[in-house]
Amino acid sequence: MIANQLKKLLLTLLIVITAQVQAIEIDGSSQLLMMRSKQSFPEAMLALQSTLGEYDYIISRVQRIDIGLTGMGYNTDMYRVLFFTKPNEFREVIAKYPELTAYMPLKLTIFAEKDETIIATVDPTVLRFINSSAEFTRLTRRWRSDIVAIMDELRELE
Amino acid sequence: MPRFKHFSTALLLLFTATTSLAAPKGDLLYEKNCGTCHGLDGSGGVGVPLSLPSFQASVDDHFLFQNIRYGRPGRVMPAFSDLSDAQVNAIVRHIRSLAPHIKPVVLDNSKVISGDIINGKKLYSENCGQCHGANGEGGHGTGVTFSRPRDLPIIAPALNNAGFLAAASDEMIRHTITYGRQGTPMQAFGRKGQNEQEINDIVAYIRTFENSKHWQPVAVDEATITMESEYGLEESVENLKRAAVGKNFKVIRIQNLEDGMFPEAEQDKRSIIVYFCNFSFVNRAINIDPRVGLFLPCRITLTEHDGVVSLTAINPRYMSRFYNNSELDEACSEMYDIYIEIMEEAIL
Repeated sequence: MIANQLKKLLLTLLIVITAQVQAIEIDGSSQLLMMRSKQSFPEAMLALQSTLGEYDYIISRVQRIDIGLTGMGYNTDMYRVLFFTKPNEFREVIAKYPELTAYMPLKLTIFAEKDETIIATVDPTVLRFINSSAEFTRLTRRWRSDIVAIMDELRELE
Repeated sequence: MPRFKHFSTALLLLFTATTSLAAPKGDLLYEKNCGTCHGLDGSGGVGVPLSLPSFQASVDDHFLFQNIRYGRPGRVMPAFSDLSDAQVNAIVRHIRSLAPHIKPVVLDNSKVISGDIINGKKLYSENCGQCHGANGEGGHGTGVTFSRPRDLPIIAPALNNAGFLAAASDEMIRHTITYGRQGTPMQAFGRKGQNEQEINDIVAYIRTFENSKHWQPVAVDEATITMESEYGLEESVENLKRAAVGKNFKVIRIQNLEDGMFPEAEQDKRSIIVYFCNFSFVNRAINIDPRVGLFLPCRITLTEHDGVVSLTAINPRYMSRFYNNSELDEACSEMYDIYIEIMEEAIL
């Protein structure tokens, strides 16, 4: 009798704990991945480049949107787009999913907001309409997880 | 029996520890979900300044909760439907801590205010439409950095927005019209000579916006735009350059797709990216939403495979829905048409 009650209690507890842990992990707004860095733009840019490297990504190009805009007479704060990828993975992915070419390498937008910096990108898992296979889903989820982890690290920096 | 006692104690301890671990932390949730747009200290940015004393004073916790839960469809602020009630409440408490000395207004959110809708429409048009839009569509753009001067903390909200109408009670709208928001362009119409009945008429008219058509994300499933060219790779690149220039774009860069990843000799020369830009358009896009970097600069990739050259670009209409920004939808539809025109001209 007591053993049965204990079993029920344990099961209930497990369900409650699982639900709570899941609730912690849910992030809310999931389609854009964004973060605000307490660092100024130059520092945040350096930190972003270095953290991407720690996750084995290389930056294949930096598009200086602000330079182009100011050169044409528009006022803008610092605004760059970073293209990043893992070269060997890039080749494999493009060969396997050529329709992904337009979205590769991955991109991060980084721009100054007063003394702080905002970094944003679209959640790679929104590319699910390109391919619905489990393998592709795993790939975009891993990219998402890397970006979230990178942003979490950058958020900690003062 | 003693074994059972120990076991129960252990269970209780485990449960207490887990519950304490799982208690939502408002500051962390705010930083991760809200701080990017509203500022870590609530001073605003892409989003409104939540620490503004007049804002904190004129809205109750119910309004904050509902805004987080339902967002503002088509007006950047997303709906945080995945957060639990406990998490949303923790965020609300944190928002309150950004202006701890401000006592929020207490409102009777169940009260329905009735008024003369026809008179309300006239008064709205005379007093509110200039900032909030003739049909309650709100001010344009967002984002402190690019869209507006830094001394203007708030863009007039869209009063016809389904999220706003779900969050704001009649009493809250009446209170805001009466007392305004100090530090923003929202004036206190109660002090400007509008009497209580006239303000009620405006509230009744604003409530009629619930019948207007509300924003829905564009339903587009094609993530890319792809066309095949009958020309060889080099000729297709030249055609594309000409077509882009013909549409008032400047070709800013041509590179191998693998440029920056491998030494030049090892790069695949059969995939080429043509980047092009119209700076006026870019400036407009960033004014609409400073987060649009994923679209920038315009790019078409040409790939030769088995003698066939294909041109591929992102579909801006597909990507736009993820920004929850109706103004961006329009710009992305325009950009989609431009991509189609340029690509069609290049393959002619």
